[in-house]
Formats: sequence, structure tokens, C-alpha cells
Amino acid sequence: MMTDRALPPSAKTAPVLQVRDLVTEFTTDEGRLRAVDGVSFDLHAGQTLAVVGESGSGKSVTSLSVMGLLPARIGRVAGGSIKLDGKDLVGISERRMQRVRGNDIGMIFQEPMTSLTPVYTVGDQIAEAILTHRDISRRAARARAVELLEQVGIPEPKLRARAYPHQLSGGMRQRVMIAIALACDPRVLIADEPTTGLDVTIQAQILELLRRLQAETGMAILFITHDLGVVAEIADRVLVMYAGQMVEEAPVEALFAQPRMPYTIGLLGSTPRPGASALAAGAAPRLRAIPGNIPSPRALPQGCRFHPRCTHMREGLCTTAAPPLDSAAPGHQVRCARWRDVATQEART
Amino acid sequence: MSAPLLSVRDLRTHFPVRGATPFSRKKIVRAVDGLGFDLQRGQILSLVGESGSGKTTAGRSILRLIEPTSGQVEFDGTDLLALNAAELRATRRRMQIIFQDPFASLNPRMSVGRIIAEGMKLHGIGEGTQDRRDRVAALLERVGLSREHMTRYPHEFSGGQRQRIGIARALAVEPDFILADEPVSALDVSIQAQVLNLLQDLRADLGLTMVFIGHDLSVVEYLSDRVAVMYLGRIMEIADARDLYARPTHPYTEALLSAAPVPVPGARGQRVLLKGETPSPVAPPSGCVFRTRCPIAGPDCAATVPELREIGPGHRVACIKRG
Repeated sequence: MMTDRALPPSAKTAPVLQVRDLVTEFTTDEGRLRAVDGVSFDLHAGQTLAVVGESGSGKSVTSLSVMGLLPARIGRVAGGSIKLDGKDLVGISERRMQRVRGNDIGMIFQEPMTSLTPVYTVGDQIAEAILTHRDISRRAARARAVELLEQVGIPEPKLRARAYPHQLSGGMRQRVMIAIALACDPRVLIADEPTTGLDVTIQAQILELLRRLQAETGMAILFITHDLGVVAEIADRVLVMYAGQMVEEAPVEALFAQPRMPYTIGLLGSTPRPGASALAAGAAPRLRAIPGNIPSPRALPQGCRFHPRCTHMREGLCTTAAPPLDSAAPGHQVRCARWRDVATQEART
Repeated sequence: MSAPLLSVRDLRTHFPVRGATPFSRKKIVRAVDGLGFDLQRGQILSLVGESGSGKTTAGRSILRLIEPTSGQVEFDGTDLLALNAAELRATRRRMQIIFQDPFASLNPRMSVGRIIAEGMKLHGIGEGTQDRRDRVAALLERVGLSREHMTRYPHEFSGGQRQRIGIARALAVEPDFILADEPVSALDVSIQAQVLNLLQDLRADLGLTMVFIGHDLSVVEYLSDRVAVMYLGRIMEIADARDLYARPTHPYTEALLSAAPVPVPGARGQRVLLKGETPSPVAPPSGCVFRTRCPIAGPDCAATVPELREIGPGHRVACIKRG
């Protein structure tokens, strides 16, 4: 079943954020390194797109590219476009980009402690974020800061506004980061592994909070994660990345019910399911792990980048030419030369 | 049932912490506060809990890598807490540990061959260098690496491969028992599955007994025979894995299981959302330590510390409202 929110791009209004053929490169001692190679997606208001991948997949570099936060001099967007409401952000000045961040795009990261200043109270830091982007009095900004703390579910917000970051727990600090990100009612929230490192009961609270805030504000969320459980819970659409490329994109239900790219199939097989026990059947049923290791971006395989680890690999077809993205169904794209055969074989097992 | 290989009774590990000023009163962190369980040979018991639950301290206290304050740890009939240093060293051959961080737990200056052979030499396993080298080669193959890796150094390996080296090192001294302290938490999902499969094979082939410390509930469900859910240094519920996941009885277990995201869209059912966060172990709540976050707590929960009561075969719960 496809929910309305997961409809393919063309079916609804213009996307808030539209990324086309994004290429991001880093200059290293050993030459140029292509960390993201041709990522495209549309993000619509009120929708959550999850970008999922393992280390080195390029998921975080994709989000840094959109935010214009690539490390200066080393990293650069080498191709493609990143359009916010139709206006390209690639190549605009840092001054203008600063206005976009905070006003139109809010951000939250994995480690809230490193994003907060230890020497100011959280209330001051939220007020500062508001004053940077809005022409209001300091008094009004402080009042708004307390409101925001309340909105993100911090008990006794007036009192907590006077606390310093170290006096708060990890979960509370992430709520403060969300309050800062929301300070200017952004239309896009970029959340890069925002619950990684939090305990599961706290993670559940933060995911619940993001869902509620999205329902209230209609903001679009770009959610970067490695956790398929979190994806299943929060995403409308999913983009799977491997070795710098997008290898599959689909509505969340389709991705979990009919994964087409062998890598996605492998990732799902690697994740223990509820009710799965190695002992249940007596003999140990093994997880369907993906063999081999994640390739280094310095030595990417020829042809399909996944072929050395793929159980469906065909010599020649998969080892020489890089497969293009193919449409497996409306709104469902897959980068695999053999996806039809794979689908038939998987259906049999 | 035969005698358990490992039997832990009322284990407590308390740490003194300094107050804010030199004159303020000394405080005590009750990291582990009355832990008890039996573990049969060939079984895997998992300790699960969130940060501050004491699961890591509990594991290390069992091996006396951290000295417990009181209690009893009986390993194959020997009380570990009564052993002197030399006796403990000898017993440790039979009890090995696999660490979470495969980057920090291998000496970067030693070749993989030396890392694995070191324990054998120390405990006098193998006859001479050649025999030990053959054993190292066999171990490397056992964990999915190859003989050629012997002369390489840890930095040449990926995280998953280093974890395999750590497992080979633990197996080198032919232990009966392994403490696996979050061994897959730092690994990517596709690599994590490889290591879980390996642990499963080793248990089946070598009959290893294991205490597995973890926070990922689906990993724990997949791997364990028995599961103990910890909160603030205590066991809230302990049962056979299948029983615990099918019939979670303690309100904390319920909340923990319902909070864990599952890789099935739309599967999120009725969620027990816990309010607030784990209290500081310096000042745990009186009575039941979970009561400040418990959705069903009543006034009597503050009065008494609930004991672990048997509610079914091998299923024990510390809650006066349930069971």
C-alpha cells in the first residue's frame, strides 16, 4: 500500500528541495576523491526522506553538501544542483548561505554537545539563533526561546532556559538542538543521525517529537541514518546509498516489502527481525550477511561498485559497465543490471 | 539440570565518588547492586540495559577486571572472589573477553600472529614456536581470515576483520567462557551480521558459554538463550529469550521492547513511552529504582525493594505490581 505522502515526485506540488546529479569531491594527498557521485532526489513539504547507508556510503557528505558545510578548501560540490524552492544553492556566497541555514534549513546532528557552546545558557543560545535571523527585541527572543523549549517537550522550560549544556542529559541536549533548528520555522530540517548514541527509550521520545513537530509545522525532513529500524519508523521515502552512489530509491513500504537492489536485500537480511532467534529452530539459522568488506573510496570496483560482494553477480555484465538507475515501478528506482532476474530468484526463495 | 558453569550471587560493585568540594560528603555510585544469575554450559546469557544500567561494570566484575564490593561469583565450582592473584591468573585462561572497540583493543605494534600467540605462550599452550604458529593459522581460518594475515598489523584491517582477530585471540587459550562486551556495536550492519554468524557458529562447534552485553534488543533476541534486563545496577527481569520477548512482564522490559525500532514499516504498535530519563546511580530512588519512570507505580513501590520472584519456569520479575 502506498500512502499519499510517499507518492512519486511528479504527482504532487513542486518539491521544497530538489537535488540533481550531485557530485561532491575532496582534495586529498592522494588526489581527488569522489565521495558523492550523482545523487538526485526531491523532498516535499511534510514529507520525510531517509538517506540510509553504511560508513563510506556518502550519506553524511550528501547532507553536508546540501547545508553548504563541506570543509573549506578540501571539499566542494563539483557538479549538479541543489535547489531550494527552485533557487540553486550551489555556488552562492557564504553570506547568503548563512541566511539560508537557520532561515530555510534547520539542522541537527549526532553529537549535540559539540554543537552547543559550553559557556552560554541554552536559553541564550536559542535567543541568539532567533536574533541572527529575525528583527525582534532581545526580550522577545528570550520569551520565544522559552516557548520553543516547551514545544520540544522540555519540562520547566523557564528554569531550563537558564541551564548550561553540561547540566543537561544527552536527550535534553538533542531537544535543545531541535529548538535551535526550529527557531526560525525552517521548511527543511536536516537530521544527520540525530538519535545515534541515545538510549532506545530516549530515541523513541526524540522520534516521536520529530513526528509531532512535522505534523504541526509541515516541514520537510531529510533524515540521515544507518539504522533500518529507524527508517521503517520515520520515513515516507527511502534512498539507499552505497560507495558514494544512490543504489535504490522507493516509498518506505515498497523498499521493505520488495527491495530490488541486492545490496538493499543484503542489508535487510543482515538485520535481525523481531521474533528471529538463532535457537528457535534448534539448528542455528544464519543471518543473511553480506560477504566481504565495504570498499575504500580510493579503490572502487569497476562496473557495479557492489559486484565483489554480490551473490547475483555475473562476470562481464556486472564487472565492466556501471549500471544506470532503472525504474522498477513508479517512484521506485534501482541501480542493478540484473534486478529483474534477482526479483524472480528472490521470489522463489 | 547439571551444575551451572557460572553462578553469580548478590554481586555488588560500588564506587566512591568525590563530592563537589573536598569538604562535601563522600558519595557512592551503586553501579551493580545485587546481581544474581546462573548460566548453564553452552548457553548465552545477555545482559541488556541502557546507559547507567551497570551492564558493563557487571561483566567486568564477574571476571574481577573490576573488584566487586561483595557477593559471590562461582565459576565451575571455584569462588573467584576468594582467589589470590596467581590463582586468578590461572583461572583467567578459561575466561576470555571480547571488547567493543576493535580499534583500541589490539596492540598496533604487534603483528596479528603475535597478538594471537601471546596468550598461548603466557599460559603454556602449544609445543614450541612452530606448533603455536600452526595453531594461530588454524584460528585465523576458524574466524574467517587466512594464514597470510599472520604477519600483518592491526591497522591493515577493517573494523570487522579486527573484531575477528579479537575473537581469535580470545579462542587461542581454549576458554570455556567468553564475556562479549558489545562486540558488534561499533560495526556496520552488514559486517555486524557476519560477526553474529561467527559467534553463533563458534558456540555450536565449540560449546562455548557466553555472557553477551548489548543494547540492541534485536541482536540480543537473535543470539541469546537467556536475557537479563538491567536498570540502575539491578536485574528487573530475567527469562529465556523467547519467553521474555513473547511475555515481557516488568513494566521496564515492556517499555524497552516497545521503544526499539523494528525494520518493518507500520509495525510500531502501542508504544509505552517512558517519561524522563534514568536517575543518577549516586542517588537511586528508594524502593523500586524504576518507580520514578514507571507508568504503573503506586505509593507502595517507594517503600520496599522488590525481590526477583519466579512467575514461571526460569522467569523471574522484580515488580510488586506484576506477576
